[in-house]
Amino acid sequence: MRRALLLAVLAPLTMGAAAPVLVPDVSTRDVQIAYSFTGAELLLFGAILYPGGRVPQGDRPAEIVVVVKGPPESIVVREKEKVAGIWVNADRISYRSAPSFYAIASARPIDRIVDERTRAIYELGLDSLQLSPAAGTSAEDQARFAQGFVGLRERAGLYRETPGAVEITDDVLYRAAITIPARVPVGKFTAETFLIRDGRVLAAAVREIDIRKSGFERFVAIAANQASLWYGLAAVALSIGFGWAAGALWRRF
Amino acid sequence: MDLYLPIANLSVNALVIVLLGGGVGFLSGMFGVGGGFLTTPLLIFYGIPPTVAAASAASQVTGASVSGVFAHLRRDGVDFRMGWVLVAGGVLGSVAGAGIFRLLQSSGQIDTVIAILYVVMLGSIGGLMLKEAIGAVRVLRGAIPPRAARRRHHPLVAALPLRWRFYASGLYISPLAPLLLGFATGILTVLLGVGGGFILVPAMLYLLGMGTRVVVGTSLFQILFVTAAATMVHALTTKAVDIVLAVLLLIGSVTGAQIGARFAQKAKPEYLRLALAIIVLAVAFRMALGLGWRPDDIYTVQPA
Repeated sequence: MRRALLLAVLAPLTMGAAAPVLVPDVSTRDVQIAYSFTGAELLLFGAILYPGGRVPQGDRPAEIVVVVKGPPESIVVREKEKVAGIWVNADRISYRSAPSFYAIASARPIDRIVDERTRAIYELGLDSLQLSPAAGTSAEDQARFAQGFVGLRERAGLYRETPGAVEITDDVLYRAAITIPARVPVGKFTAETFLIRDGRVLAAAVREIDIRKSGFERFVAIAANQASLWYGLAAVALSIGFGWAAGALWRRF
Repeated sequence: MDLYLPIANLSVNALVIVLLGGGVGFLSGMFGVGGGFLTTPLLIFYGIPPTVAAASAASQVTGASVSGVFAHLRRDGVDFRMGWVLVAGGVLGSVAGAGIFRLLQSSGQIDTVIAILYVVMLGSIGGLMLKEAIGAVRVLRGAIPPRAARRRHHPLVAALPLRWRFYASGLYISPLAPLLLGFATGILTVLLGVGGGFILVPAMLYLLGMGTRVVVGTSLFQILFVTAAATMVHALTTKAVDIVLAVLLLIGSVTGAQIGARFAQKAKPEYLRLALAIIVLAVAFRMALGLGWRPDDIYTVQPA
C-alpha cells in the first residue's frame, strides 16, 4: 500500500525528466508507551537523490516538508452556547476522518512554500486538513467548526505546525524533529516527506510509525476492553483490599 | 514523578494524584463522607476526562468506606435488613444510571447534566447542613436552648404500602422507601462518581427517621456495595475505569482517611459539620460559576 501510494504520488513526476527521489527514515518506527511515557521526540531524516547525483545549480534550493499523521478517527465536534445563563452544547458537526494527530515541520511557514491549492491536495498545514464533514452543513458552519476543532487540538498539543524544524545540509541531507506529546493516540502513524521547489511537489515518500502501549499499560488497556468483567472485579477487589489493609495497618498504631 | 494512565491515555504527576486522594481521604475520614463529590471535580479540573474521573472516583469511595464499615460492624452499627434493601435499590439504580449516562453522552449533554446535578445537590444539601450546623453550634455555645429531638418519618414514607419491621433502626415502614432512596443514590453514583453519603445520611435521618446509632454504619454499608456495583457497571459499559488512577487515589485516600479519623476524635462534631457544610457549598459555588462563565473551550470532541 505504501509503495502504491508512493507510486501514485510520483507518477506524474516520473513521466517527464528524471525526478529526484527521497530516501526517508525515522529514528523510531515503533514508539512504545510504557508507565513513564511523557512524550517522545521523533527524528525524521533522509537524503534527496538527484538524478546523476548532481544537485541542480542556479535555481532556488528545494525544500523539505514533513507531515506526521495519526490514524484517522470519526468524531463529533460540539459547540457550546449560552442558553438561559449557562453554557451547554448546542450545535454539532460530525467528521468522518479527522487525523487523531497531525504535525507538520518545514523550514519556513508552509503558506510561503506552497499555494493554497497544493496545500489542500497534500493536506499541508492546519488550515488545509480534509476533515470530510458529514453532508448538510453550510460552508460557514463548516469553517467555524473546523477552526474551533483545530484550535482545540492545537491547545491539546495534538495538532501543530512547526516552521523552522527542518534542516537541510548541502541540499542533500535533511532532518526534521517532531515532538509526540504524552496524550498521543495509539495506532499506525504515517510520516510523509515532501520535496518541494517553486511551489511544486517534486517527490514524496511515506514511512509508517507504530505507536502502541507496551508492557503493563498494554495489558491494562486490553484487559479493560476485552475482559471487562474480570477487570471490574479486579478494580473492586483492589479498592476493598486497600481500604481493609489501611484500616488494619493503622489500628496497630 | 510522571506516570502514564493507560485508560485515560495521558500522563499525570503521580504525587499530585496521591496527594489529591490524601486530601480528600483526610476530609472523608474527618467527616465520615466518601469524598467522591470532591474527587470527581478535582480530577476533571486536573485534566482527566470526565467519564474516566467519575468511573475511577467510585472505586476510591469503595476503598474509603471499607474500614468505616468494619469499624461500625464491630460496634453493631449496621442495620443489615435496611442495608440490603438500600443495596438492592442502589444496584438497580446504578444499572439505570448507566442507561441514563449513555443517553446523555450520545446527546452531548452529559457534562452539563453532571455540573447541574452537582450544583443543585451540593447547594441544597450544603445549605441544609449549614443551617443545621449553625443551629448546633449555637446550642453548643448556649445561645439557644436545644430543641427536643423529634424522630418521625416523613408522612409520604408512612403512606407507602407493605410495611416491614427494621428492628435495628427502630422502624416499621415500607421497604419501598429505602429501595427508592437506594435507587436514587445508585443513579448518582454512576453519573457523578459520588458515594451518595451526603444524601443518604440526611435522608435516613429526616425522611426515614432511622435511629442515629445505625445511620452512618448502614449508609457506609450501602455505599460500599453500590460504589462497587458502579465500578462494575462502568467497567462493563463505559470501560472508563482506570485502574492505575484508582490505585493512586486509593493509596492517598486510605492513608488520609485514617489520619482524618484521628483528627476528628479531637474536634467537636458540631464544628466538623459546620466545616463540611462550608466545603460542600464552596464546591457547589465553584461548579455554578463554571456553568455561567464562558468556558475556555467552546468546542468539545467525542468519538462518533
